[in-house]
Amino acid sequence: MVAADLRAAATNQKLYYMSKETLSPNEVREMLIAISDKIIESEELLSEADRRLGDGDHGLGMKRGFTAAKAALKALEPTTVGQVFSTTGMTLMGTMGGASGAVMGILYQNGGTALGDADSLDASGLSTFMTAALEGVTNLGGAKPGDKTMVDALAGAQEAAAASTGLSLPDAMKAVSDGATAGMEATKAMIATMGRAKTLGEKSIGHPDPGAVSVSIMFQTASAYVG
Amino acid sequence: MKKILNDPNDAAAELVDGLVDYYNGKVTKVGPGAIALTDIASDKVALLVGGGTGHEPIYHGLIGEGMADGAACGDIFAAPPPNIILEATRAVNKGKGVLYLYGNYAGDVMNFKIAAQLAAAEGIKVETVLIWDDVASAQPSTKEDRRGIAGLIPIVKIAGAAADKAKDLDELVSLVTSARDNTRSVGVALSPGSIPATGKPTFELDDDSIGIGMGIHGEQGVGIEKMMPADDLAEKLLNLILADDLILESGDDVLVLINSLGSTTMMECLIVLKKVKALLVDKGIKIYDVMLGPLVTCQEMAGLSISLTKVDDTLKPLWDAPCSSLGYTKL
Repeated sequence: MVAADLRAAATNQKLYYMSKETLSPNEVREMLIAISDKIIESEELLSEADRRLGDGDHGLGMKRGFTAAKAALKALEPTTVGQVFSTTGMTLMGTMGGASGAVMGILYQNGGTALGDADSLDASGLSTFMTAALEGVTNLGGAKPGDKTMVDALAGAQEAAAASTGLSLPDAMKAVSDGATAGMEATKAMIATMGRAKTLGEKSIGHPDPGAVSVSIMFQTASAYVG
Repeated sequence: MKKILNDPNDAAAELVDGLVDYYNGKVTKVGPGAIALTDIASDKVALLVGGGTGHEPIYHGLIGEGMADGAACGDIFAAPPPNIILEATRAVNKGKGVLYLYGNYAGDVMNFKIAAQLAAAEGIKVETVLIWDDVASAQPSTKEDRRGIAGLIPIVKIAGAAADKAKDLDELVSLVTSARDNTRSVGVALSPGSIPATGKPTFELDDDSIGIGMGIHGEQGVGIEKMMPADDLAEKLLNLILADDLILESGDDVLVLINSLGSTTMMECLIVLKKVKALLVDKGIKIYDVMLGPLVTCQEMAGLSISLTKVDDTLKPLWDAPCSSLGYTKL
C-alpha cells in the first residue's frame, strides 16, 4: 500500500470510530443496518434463549424481519431520522409475524413517529424515541416492568435515556445500552407472567427473556456505532 | 427429523400455495399468507380465522362452505402480521362486518388487534372472539389467560354455521361466544414436534415422561408425570375438564373431540375415546357427536387432547349444518 492509501485508510477508520455528537438521517440508517446485521448474526443465540422459555423460534423471526429491514434501509434515501425508524418498524411488523413482530414493529414505528421531521438525532431525541417506543409496546401488549418480557430491557433503556438528555449522544447511547442490558439481566430472576412462557411459572427463573436479549443487543450495537 | 421439504424457510409459503391447490378453485390467495373463499355470499357476515402455520389442518384448513370465509396465515408457529390479516379482512368483508376468531396467544392477539384498528380506519366493522378452551393453562377465574387449543374445531364449525344465518355481526358474536364458553379442552404431550427450519425440537421430555396440559406450540406442560395406561390417562384428562367451571350434568349433550397432536395414531385416539365415552355414560352425559383425528397438530408431536362442547337447542342446529373444509367436513 502506498502512503496516500494508508493515510486514506487511516482517515476512513478514524471517521468510522470517531464518536458522533448527532446522527444525520443517513447515519441513523447506517446504525440500523449495523443493528440488522448484528441481529441476523445472533439468530442461533436468540433461538437458544427462546428454547428455554418458548418454542425456540425467536431468532428465526428476528432474522427474517431484520433481513427485510436491512434491504428496505439500503434502498432508503432518508431526509428525516423518523423516516428511518418508521421504515424499520413497518418492515419488521410486515415481515416478522408473531408477538415479536408486533412489538418490535411498534417499538420503531412509535419511536420514529415521535421524532417528527427532525433531521438529526441527539441525546434529547433519543429520549423522545425511547419514551414513545416504550409507550407503544406497553399499550399494545399490556406488559409492565417485572413481567419478564422485552419491556424490562426497554424500560431500563428508556429510564437511562430520560436521565441522559444533557449528555453527549455517545454517552447517552452508552447509558441506554447499559440500561437495556441491566433490564435484560434482571429478567433472569423473574417469573414469567406473559406470553408462552407464563405456564412455566417458577421454571422460568434463571433464563433471560429472549425479547429482552434482542433489545439489549440492539442498543449495544447502537452504542458501538455512535462510539 | 426427516421432513419432505424444499427450502425449509419457504415451508409456510409453500404449504399455503398447496392449500389453495387442494381447494381447486374454491379458495383464492388474496395476498401472501392471506386466503379467502372465491365465492362469498354478498349479504353475509364474514368469519375470519388465522394463526401460525405448522399446525395443519388448522387454521387455514378450516376455510370452506359452512366454515370460515377466510384465513390469515403466519410463518411456522408464528402469528400472521397485521398486513396479511388486513388483506384477508378486505377480501371476506361483504359490508356486514368481519368476526376475528382465533386462539388466545400473545402474538395473535397483538397482530389481530393492530389489523382490527387498520380495518376500522378503512370503515370495516370488526369484532373479536378469542378461543381459550385449555383448562390446564390458567384458573377458571382468569379465562383470558387461557390458551386456545383443539376446542377451536367445534367452535369454528359452529361459528361457520352461525355466520351463514346471523343477521348481523352482533348476533354472530353472541352465538360464537356461547360456543366458546361451552367448550373445554386439555391435552397431554408425549414427545415434541420440531421446527421445520431448524430441525430442533420445541421442548424436551424424558422418554418415560408425559406432559399434562401442554399447548399446541409445545409450551412446556404444567405437570410432568410418568407414562401410564390409556384408560388412566383418559380418566385423568377428562377429570381435569369435569372439575372446571363448565357444569355438566346427567342429561346434558356434549360434542367430544379426541385430537391427535400429530404422530399419535388413530388407534390410540380410539382407545381413549372408548374410555371417555364409558366415563361420560357413567355420569349420564350424552355424546351428541364425535370428532377424532389429527385436527390441531404440532408437526410430529406425539400426544392428544380431549375437548368437550356442551350443546343446547341453540348450538345443536348450528352443529348439524353441513360443512366442508380440509380440516373438518360434515355431510
